[in-house]
Amino acid sequence: MSNSYLVGDAVDVRIAYPPGHLRAPFFIRGKSGTIDQVVGDYHNPEELAYGRKGTEKLMLYRVRFNQTDVWNNYTGPSKDSLIVDIYENWLEPNEGALK
Amino acid sequence: MVHRSHHDMGGMDAGPVEQIDHVHVLWEKRTDAIMRLVTDKDRKIMTVDELRRGIEQLGPEVYDKMSYYERWITSVTNNLLEKGTINVDELGRKMAKIEARWQADGATKV
Amino acid sequence: MSDTPSHDHDHDHSHGPHPYQPDSEDTPYEHHQVMAEAVGELLIEKGVITADEMRAMIELIDSKSPAEGARIIAHAWTDPNFKMRVLENVNDAAAELDIDAGTIPIRAVENTDDVHNVIVCTLCSCYPRQMIGLPPDWYKSRSYRSRVVYEPRAVLKEFGTNISVKTEVRVHDSTADLRYLVIPKRPDDSEDMSEDELAALVTRDSMIGVTSL
Repeated sequence: MSNSYLVGDAVDVRIAYPPGHLRAPFFIRGKSGTIDQVVGDYHNPEELAYGRKGTEKLMLYRVRFNQTDVWNNYTGPSKDSLIVDIYENWLEPNEGALK
Repeated sequence: MVHRSHHDMGGMDAGPVEQIDHVHVLWEKRTDAIMRLVTDKDRKIMTVDELRRGIEQLGPEVYDKMSYYERWITSVTNNLLEKGTINVDELGRKMAKIEARWQADGATKV
Repeated sequence: MSDTPSHDHDHDHSHGPHPYQPDSEDTPYEHHQVMAEAVGELLIEKGVITADEMRAMIELIDSKSPAEGARIIAHAWTDPNFKMRVLENVNDAAAELDIDAGTIPIRAVENTDDVHNVIVCTLCSCYPRQMIGLPPDWYKSRSYRSRVVYEPRAVLKEFGTNISVKTEVRVHDSTADLRYLVIPKRPDDSEDMSEDELAALVTRDSMIGVTSL
């Protein structure tokens, strides 16, 4: 799989709510963050979970979010953050973001 | 239309964290050991992803009622049954045999 | 003290507290205990695993505790170059100290005056168990998994930890193939301590990030 994103890129987490095994937590879908780290290629857990090989690997990213962007009523300081490990199939470029 | 799976609980309201721990008992460690062995690179009978999926499929009530390793052994067993590593008939016979053995040994029911 | 199986017929006569299970005559707890025993025996009978492998794996599980993580932390505190290597790749750095951190990649995140890290797995309970042993019940609880992502400071307060508003609290949700270990801040007044003394200060909870030292 090619590396679609670079560190610092603005990304959105795709909005979708399928049943079945997936690793993008509910709370992060539709949220906007930045690529913190490009981790590497891994077999797709959504395929492995059903006994398939997931041979077309996916790039895994660490994505950083401001807590105030994730939660409506976050009570901590605006510097607080959340980093979630997200596979590329759950990320979309955030073209509207200021660099 | 949003759907949140029961296990996908980040962000849900909940009470204070009960700062408890327990000493793991042998059957729990045996469950963990079985899981590590059947998923290892020499065997690859199942994956940790299948374990997780099996747990997620238990349904909300069962998920909440069962303890962590109860969920694990249930998922591992279901996966092994699906793959034909073990079958229902032999599992049933074996479980009955073990219960009888333990009863004969006078094991205390806890 | 851990139970050691003498052979395949071992079973428990007692167990620890079982907070999530109501007491009853036909508690499902026993059903799962029987199931675990049965599956183990069947796998051995079929040659899928051997009794020795089972024994060795349980011994390995028993052998892992926060102590090895503490040794890595203590050495990282005293050796800045080692700390750099820990931050690169915990598994490789651990091997330098003859510690087998297992095959699942572990990443270290360092607490400083600017950042306090805390680890969770909201979806299940991923944890660097191959290095520091099995996670505590509370780490796997609904309450921790639900709340630490959206009110980490409140959860940390419950553990007696107050982080200054000048310090960023950074929560890591272990949703994929990596596991995380927090390098706690080295305590003040510890300059004269030996590495063994430093290691003795490091707690499991500080490596999860719910406490400071």
